[in-house]
Amino acid sequence: MQRALRIAHLYPDHMNIYGDRGNIIALTQRCRWRGIAVEVVGVQPGAAVAWASFDLVFFGGGQDSGQALIAADFVRRHGAELCAAIADGLPMLAICGGYQLLGHYFQTHTGERLAGIGAIDAHTIGGDRRMIGDIAITIDGDVLGGGEPLVAVGFENHSGQTYLGDGVRPLGRVIAGHGNNGSDGSEGAVVHHAYGCYLHGSLLPKNPRFTDHLLSLALMHAGGDGALAPLDDHREDAARAVMLERLQPPERPARRWWPIRRS
Amino acid sequence: MAERSDLRTTLAVAAGRGAAWASRALRRGGGTNIAGVVARRVAPDVLRQLARRVDRGVVLVAGTNGKTTTARMLAAILEHADWRVVHNRAGANLVSGVTATLLRAPLPADVAVLESDEAALPAIVAETAPRLVVLHNLFRDQLDRYGEIDTLARRWREVLGALRAPSLILANADDPAVAAVGHGLAAPMVTFGIDDPSRASDSGAHIADSQFCRACGARLTYTIRYYAHIGVYHCAACGLVRPTPRYRASRIVPRDDQGSELTIQLPAGPLTFTLPLPGLYNAANALAAAAAASELGVAPPVIAAALAQFSAAFGRLERVDVAGRPLLLALIKNPVGATETLRMIAEAHPVAPHLLVTINDRHADGTDISWLWDAEFERLAGSVARVVVSGTRAADMAVRLRYAGVADERLVVEPAVAAALDALLAAPADVPLVALPTYTALLDLRRVMTARGWVRPFWDD
Repeated sequence: MQRALRIAHLYPDHMNIYGDRGNIIALTQRCRWRGIAVEVVGVQPGAAVAWASFDLVFFGGGQDSGQALIAADFVRRHGAELCAAIADGLPMLAICGGYQLLGHYFQTHTGERLAGIGAIDAHTIGGDRRMIGDIAITIDGDVLGGGEPLVAVGFENHSGQTYLGDGVRPLGRVIAGHGNNGSDGSEGAVVHHAYGCYLHGSLLPKNPRFTDHLLSLALMHAGGDGALAPLDDHREDAARAVMLERLQPPERPARRWWPIRRS
Repeated sequence: MAERSDLRTTLAVAAGRGAAWASRALRRGGGTNIAGVVARRVAPDVLRQLARRVDRGVVLVAGTNGKTTTARMLAAILEHADWRVVHNRAGANLVSGVTATLLRAPLPADVAVLESDEAALPAIVAETAPRLVVLHNLFRDQLDRYGEIDTLARRWREVLGALRAPSLILANADDPAVAAVGHGLAAPMVTFGIDDPSRASDSGAHIADSQFCRACGARLTYTIRYYAHIGVYHCAACGLVRPTPRYRASRIVPRDDQGSELTIQLPAGPLTFTLPLPGLYNAANALAAAAAASELGVAPPVIAAALAQFSAAFGRLERVDVAGRPLLLALIKNPVGATETLRMIAEAHPVAPHLLVTINDRHADGTDISWLWDAEFERLAGSVARVVVSGTRAADMAVRLRYAGVADERLVVEPAVAAALDALLAAPADVPLVALPTYTALLDLRRVMTARGWVRPFWDD
């Protein structure tokens, strides 16, 4: 019998502003509905963390001021050990500000470089334009352990433009929205079992297949076989269908309502 | 020059009034916005000019939650005191709406009580040179529109820094972000706060936005937390303390979903009355309004009398008669406000109510509905019999309720508002009915109810 799943929630009081708590709700509820014991531990600034004792790590987005208060603690106290744990296969999900902190650095408007932990070969440049809106991406099936590609939906709200190093696999390709940087069509990144992306919404309750993939990885990390009983996800499927219909309307012939071309 | 400016203002007023009349005649709405836009096009300084015709000055009420109700309470008190009051009661709280409110009002008046949108406050302060600015609270809200609350607080502080006495800033001592905005400015600051430890709770503690010291960044210590980051706090690291409020709500006793018994400590002595609006945040709204009225020189008995007979603002815990039965209509728009409303609903009803939750993601609602995951819908799981979800994001709301623990068979998805309202009204006669719409959903609901003859159009409210 496998022990209870242990989820680390990084800086939950500082990095919590964009509704990313829904990801923790989705992970814990989908465990409870299946009778899997789960424990969520908040990691506060100054706390020591034994990464090997966790099966999944979650890191959400925060206000700039919140991120400023925890960035040094995260990079200096945890950087090297968390990078090693990720290289060992520790599953992790990082959203927005948390995702940026997994890269090498964030470059501000003034050219100052704020260090990340470098778990992902990526860097972020502060931009003038905020990339805000609903977003849909295609995630290849093999990123999720096999099967058909998944079209995932969420909401992005960032001005940082993230660029991946050569050889870093994006989490998905943008169908609608901006993605990592608004220019190269990539969104998010995957390194080992660590996933970073800009999708709020919250991401996991909207995209339960992704949630279950993370839970499978976490269960295997905890010594199990990763098998999960199926759940009835028709509510989630319906919500995703509504958003996809909005973002990918069926093609219609363009009609001009005014006979003269406007420049 | 003065004459020319007067002429231009007169022209702008006439143009704005004409635009409002045309908007109504064409049934495009109340014309509260278009009038301001047109008038400002004719005379860009029209708001500045009109604000000067308010004898005792302009009062602005700003904050994420409660500004509509607080402004309405203050206007009711001042009207009770026989002041000639101009008030944007239809909720037009952007620069154009505030302009429209003044140009359509009979001027001169004694006072203008204007609720102000958070993002519009800097422009409105600059143009109206307010006598009194009430800063109520700052919570996360529509991050796609407003940005982060630290950014808003910084902009507020910059523009309020230009005010001088006799302008006065009246701030909520219990909100550390708001108290910091008014601290150390050239204009004097007076504060109000809740002082009733029996109302402490951990409600919304996980969405406390401002729980770190503005001066040093350390975690604030709360000796009492009322909800979210509202409470009695200090910083153990640098010694920052909550300002001592001049106005205090020292006793708040809830009376189910009917209201609260309140005692407010004024400098002149205690004031006790029954507020006919439920919820701790409405007690805070009444406290803010009483404090503002008191600073404007209104006698305490007048304040108590006006608040004791106060009726809710449009959709703010408003009781509406629909097809012969009462419906509680409560706007939800951000996680802290929604959580407090959900708490009140879950605690106040002995019989499990039927709910209508209508979530739109149009521009005025905020296009990001991530906040639904921060609001404590878990409070509904054991206390509602049935929930009808509707609006442009009905399907997402159904997902939220599933994860909040509301059983699937209790959920009904009906995106169209009129059909959803019918589904709600199908409840057995003795079941309490509650509707929780976002802002544009509230307008949609109101439109349906107006068409059926249950309520008046909101601009006649």
